[in-house]
Amino acid sequence: MNRSFNKSQTLRYLECSAVEVKSKFGAEFRRFSLDRYKPGKFEDFYKLILHIHHIANLEVMIGYADVHGDLLPINNDDNFFKAVSSAHPLLRVFIQRQDEVDYSNFGTNTLSRKKKALVTLRNDNLRRRPHINISMPHDFRPVSSIIDVDILPETHRRVRLYRHGCEKPLGFYIRDGTSVRVTPHGLEKVPGIFISRMVPGGLAESTGLLAVNDEVLEVNGIEVAGKTLDQVTDMMIANSHNLIITVKPANQRNNIIRSSRMSGSSGQSTDSTASHHSLSTSHVLQNFHPDEMESDEEADIVIEGGLEPQHIPKLHSLTSSSLSRINGSSLSHRLQRDLVLNNNSGRESNGNIHKLLSSLKTDPRHSLVIPRGGIEEDGTVITL
Amino acid sequence: MKDKTVEHGFPHQPSALGYSPFLRLMAIGTRSGAIKLYGAPGVEFMGLHEENNTVMQIHFIPDQCQLVALLDDNSLHLWSLKQHGGASELREEHRFTLKGPPGSPPSATQVTAVLPHSSREVLYLGTESGNIFVVELPSFRVLEDRTITPEAVLQRIPEDNCNRRSCELVEALREHPKNPDQILIGYSRALIVLWDLQNNKAIQHFLGSQQLENLYWQRDGSKFISCHYDGSYTQWPVSSDSRQAEPLENTVPYGPFPCKAISKIYWQTTKNGLPYIIFQGGMPRASYGDRHSISVIHGSQQTAFDFTSRVIDFFIIFSSDPAAEFDDPSALVVLAEEELVVIDLKSAGWPAVHPPYLASLHCSAITCSHHVSNIPLKLWERIISAGSKQNIHYSSMPWPIDGGTNIAPDPPQRDLLLTGHEDGTVRFWDASGVCLHLLYKLSTVRVFLTDADPNDNMNTLGEDEWPPLRKVGTFDPYSDDPRLGIQKIYLCKYSGYLAVAGTAGQVLVMELNDEDAEHVVDHAEADLLQDQEGYRWKGHEKLKTRDGPVRFEAGFQPFVLVQCQPPAVVTSLALHSEWRLVAFGTSHGFGLFDHQQKRLVFVKCTLHPSDQLALEGPLSRVKSLKKSLRQSFRRIRRSRVSSRKRRGGGGTASEVQEANAKFDQDALQEMELAPVQRKIEARSAEDSFTGFVRTLYFADTFLRDSSRHCPSLWAGTNGGTVYAFCLRVPPAERRMDEPVRAEQAKEIQLMHRAPVVGILVLDGRSTPLPEPLEVAHDLSKSPDMQGSHQLLVVSEEQFKVFTLPKVSSKLKLKLTALEGCRVRKVTVANFGSCKTDDYSENDLAVLTNLGDIQIISLPFLKLQIRYPCIRKEDVSGIASCVFTKYGQGFYLISPSEFERFSLSTKWLVEPRCIVDMPEVTSNNHVHNKSGTENAARRSRESGKSPDDCGEDERKSGRLMEHALLNDESE
Repeated sequence: MNRSFNKSQTLRYLECSAVEVKSKFGAEFRRFSLDRYKPGKFEDFYKLILHIHHIANLEVMIGYADVHGDLLPINNDDNFFKAVSSAHPLLRVFIQRQDEVDYSNFGTNTLSRKKKALVTLRNDNLRRRPHINISMPHDFRPVSSIIDVDILPETHRRVRLYRHGCEKPLGFYIRDGTSVRVTPHGLEKVPGIFISRMVPGGLAESTGLLAVNDEVLEVNGIEVAGKTLDQVTDMMIANSHNLIITVKPANQRNNIIRSSRMSGSSGQSTDSTASHHSLSTSHVLQNFHPDEMESDEEADIVIEGGLEPQHIPKLHSLTSSSLSRINGSSLSHRLQRDLVLNNNSGRESNGNIHKLLSSLKTDPRHSLVIPRGGIEEDGTVITL
Repeated sequence: MKDKTVEHGFPHQPSALGYSPFLRLMAIGTRSGAIKLYGAPGVEFMGLHEENNTVMQIHFIPDQCQLVALLDDNSLHLWSLKQHGGASELREEHRFTLKGPPGSPPSATQVTAVLPHSSREVLYLGTESGNIFVVELPSFRVLEDRTITPEAVLQRIPEDNCNRRSCELVEALREHPKNPDQILIGYSRALIVLWDLQNNKAIQHFLGSQQLENLYWQRDGSKFISCHYDGSYTQWPVSSDSRQAEPLENTVPYGPFPCKAISKIYWQTTKNGLPYIIFQGGMPRASYGDRHSISVIHGSQQTAFDFTSRVIDFFIIFSSDPAAEFDDPSALVVLAEEELVVIDLKSAGWPAVHPPYLASLHCSAITCSHHVSNIPLKLWERIISAGSKQNIHYSSMPWPIDGGTNIAPDPPQRDLLLTGHEDGTVRFWDASGVCLHLLYKLSTVRVFLTDADPNDNMNTLGEDEWPPLRKVGTFDPYSDDPRLGIQKIYLCKYSGYLAVAGTAGQVLVMELNDEDAEHVVDHAEADLLQDQEGYRWKGHEKLKTRDGPVRFEAGFQPFVLVQCQPPAVVTSLALHSEWRLVAFGTSHGFGLFDHQQKRLVFVKCTLHPSDQLALEGPLSRVKSLKKSLRQSFRRIRRSRVSSRKRRGGGGTASEVQEANAKFDQDALQEMELAPVQRKIEARSAEDSFTGFVRTLYFADTFLRDSSRHCPSLWAGTNGGTVYAFCLRVPPAERRMDEPVRAEQAKEIQLMHRAPVVGILVLDGRSTPLPEPLEVAHDLSKSPDMQGSHQLLVVSEEQFKVFTLPKVSSKLKLKLTALEGCRVRKVTVANFGSCKTDDYSENDLAVLTNLGDIQIISLPFLKLQIRYPCIRKEDVSGIASCVFTKYGQGFYLISPSEFERFSLSTKWLVEPRCIVDMPEVTSNNHVHNKSGTENAARRSRESGKSPDDCGEDERKSGRLMEHALLNDESE
């Protein structure tokens, strides 16, 4: 433990490496400081919080106010590090009992009212909704992810697009083309499948993980070599609910540097070349769990009952609403399970969630991702 | 597992015809390089030239089981029928291309006429240059010293009437019927020379005034006949005393106005002295120049048989006994582009003979097909009897081409293949054996009012009509009204009920009646849109029905007509003969009709409110119409090009061909330049045609609860929805008194939303439920109603098994996600063991959009086997595929041919036949025959096929001969 903190110490200078922390639980305040550059592990921080507030036997949720005044969660090493390093000048920490957590407060301007109007102005769609829900990361619905970074060559990228019945189109086109392979006999031209076009505003484009002229190598783990364009099209459509494409990006400069080479702290993947690129900060590293592919997320809908066949219009409205309801619940169920898997699979896997958060916040397009239906009916489906 | 077994139907694009009176076998060559031999019904052989070039000419070697084919690349191929493993096989033995001296133009060796000499040792090859080369058989060695050059011919002829140009292009070579040392050489510029092969000199020459087309010897060799480009024919006497003969008679049969060429002529002598003169063409150019005709003149009788497609070639079957004094012709066999027509010349009125094979499946375009296995004898006989009443105008003559012996075992069961056609007819084919034979033809046209009155016969001509044209054949590609087209067929083999459904939403239920009858067809309308508003159908109108009673001939007679509204194509059809119910579906919804009470039970609209496309009418139809128009134009252009002969030194034809080739290439390049890209988008409920009903299925199963089973109707749509209706069918004694009721019990939405192509219920033993009435006829065990039933839903992408009555997913097999292929056709097939009779199992036979066939086990959905069957580019082949109940199948390889395949080891239908060499008084033959037999026997004993050992010999032989040829040419 190279970290030291002093309960009674007060703020000295900004230049100094210490960050002043003001922690609030109920009506009680505690003040202490942390090392800005070596804040330590979240686990220890959590213990510390419990200790100084004398609430050792409580399950609590820790949040902090970021520079914009938004309430954001601290629940892992990465967002803890982010919280500490971005504190200016003071890190304000809020503690809530786990069972009293009001998720709706997260991500909103709980602390500075002046920005609230701005948020609503940004997107007219949001105005109809009572409030925007942001919750703990495990309640976020992922739209895309890069997976299997540890097992793929660095020149390849395996992208997972989550559609989950969202109304946004997948939105890309593929074409035939020629790819150059290195073989023992020298360079060889072989036929390949390439992304030919992105639909503006589509899921594929908005993730920023796929681009025109990327070569498609696999679809859901099955190599496309030797398959025709139509076959690959059919495979992608058949897997559209959970599409995993392995591509060789046309632009090889944004490749992910393997976590083994990362220095343990985040932010290293945002190098200078990537910063002007849209995919700069939206990476979520996550191990790919093969059992997830098997999971039957596409549960078919069965409607029982003596519906009078003659009343067609009625039947239709009924069908569509019940359909989306089922979509919604199965979706949130799945999400929760996904998160559990994540948490169990180790700390390094869900490293950059806070970055996803911040990138999502700054990119207004992301607010379009979630289907309207999902928001209206289920509080556990969280949208931005 | 045996793949392709036999091709049924008429060869696509035939290009050559040959006949061996000795073997009584006919050979047909095609533009794709196939060669097909036909003899007695069931005797069939097929060979394919590697080059896939057009077969130009076929000549059988006299008194041999061999034939020579000339391809359009000027190569000659020798084919032999050899016995192997107890059956004959057609094999290519040698190939040969005539080589001229270095530097000579290609025309020097371009073969135009082939004469296999009766000595069986040599082949005379007439060429464009006028040279006649002599080639030794079977080695194809050129006997250079025996070449008949134009110079040699001209030496013997006075120079005043002939010059070098007279001897350009050999048009015909004919051997003297009595004297094998003399041959008749006809040059294109009307010079005809009788040549003495022994002394290498011209015996006599004949000079016509018109460009020569063909020659024919009279049987006794005293005269011959020549036919010409201007539509005339000329008789010439042959005598040794005059060097230059004058014509006996010169006739223009359809003169005096300019006529088209007579391209081939026969002169057949008879006992009564009046010859038969049979020729192709010669029609008056202005008024009938577009007709495809063959004229038969016998004394005062004259008929010009008028064919609906181009005549490729023809031959006459006459007495082949060399001792007979007269030809005594019995039949005229005509190969037209789209059908084979045989005319009985013995019977009065020259009626046509009903061919037992080579049926023109496409006499009107095939729009759908349906196969019914194992037809009960009673129904079979009734269909045959109905069909025989339709065939009274055919000759009773036995089939004249009867060579070879069919040694295939009798077909194990009676199978029917039903084809629906664009003109509203359904044809019933005997598909039990190798010969696909037309049993009965059903027309649905009579029920409707169409523009064309069926009573108005355009072909009845007065007695004194000139020329005396008579339309023959059945090929009629023109449909009066495309709405009449048949789209779905369902035949119940136990009850004889037949349901057919068509392009304009018409559904007809029929019953087999052995007598003619006149009755009113009950008519009902099914409004599938119901109270959906704001939609407008922009497609075709519904068919108008005929009021009052209609006269129907014996056979299947309609008694109920249901017309869907809007009148869109019927996309699915199911008939339950026990419950007397018929279900039908279109792109708008589906309905159930009680054909006992003649009452519509219910309709269900499956349309998604946003699906505008489905309502606007058949857009795809417009597209396909455009395409078919374009294709037909292309076909016309192509046939024009190919029908033009190589006149005028062959310049124009080849130029046109070149231009065409260039055009095609340009078109191809244009296509390649267009960026081909595919949109990746998940299916949504709003996609168009989601309401399209793909499949309908009746089942007696546990739909509501697990204690009571009830009749049910299942429907699957293009959007991945399955609807299940609970039916209440009154018991037989109150069937007419109480209405049939239906209530929707379930609706299943598959989340992957792929089109549902098959629904099946498995009983407690996981066996598919039997067909209606199958159990009542003791042909199936009754289904297990104790154990729980399962529902199998087959979509284009997945196979899913659900439990019943509570529908929960139990098992699935994802096809598309893993393999990138989609299900096109699926059926339950019963596979029997060929070892033991008592074992059989039910599996799913699946055809994918890649043309692969997969067998998937029931109920565990395990892939058993997969093999490629149809090329994936062959979209129409895949679309036309139909499986039988016992693991065989058919698909169209051309508009006119079905390929038959078998997935089962037990049920195989393939030709197996033997062609024996008839006894001929030649030592050589006898020797040959015993030789092959010995080889066959040896091979059977040693287990090694004789062609294995023969192959090496042949190869080395060919090498040697090439070496020789090369030596000679240098």
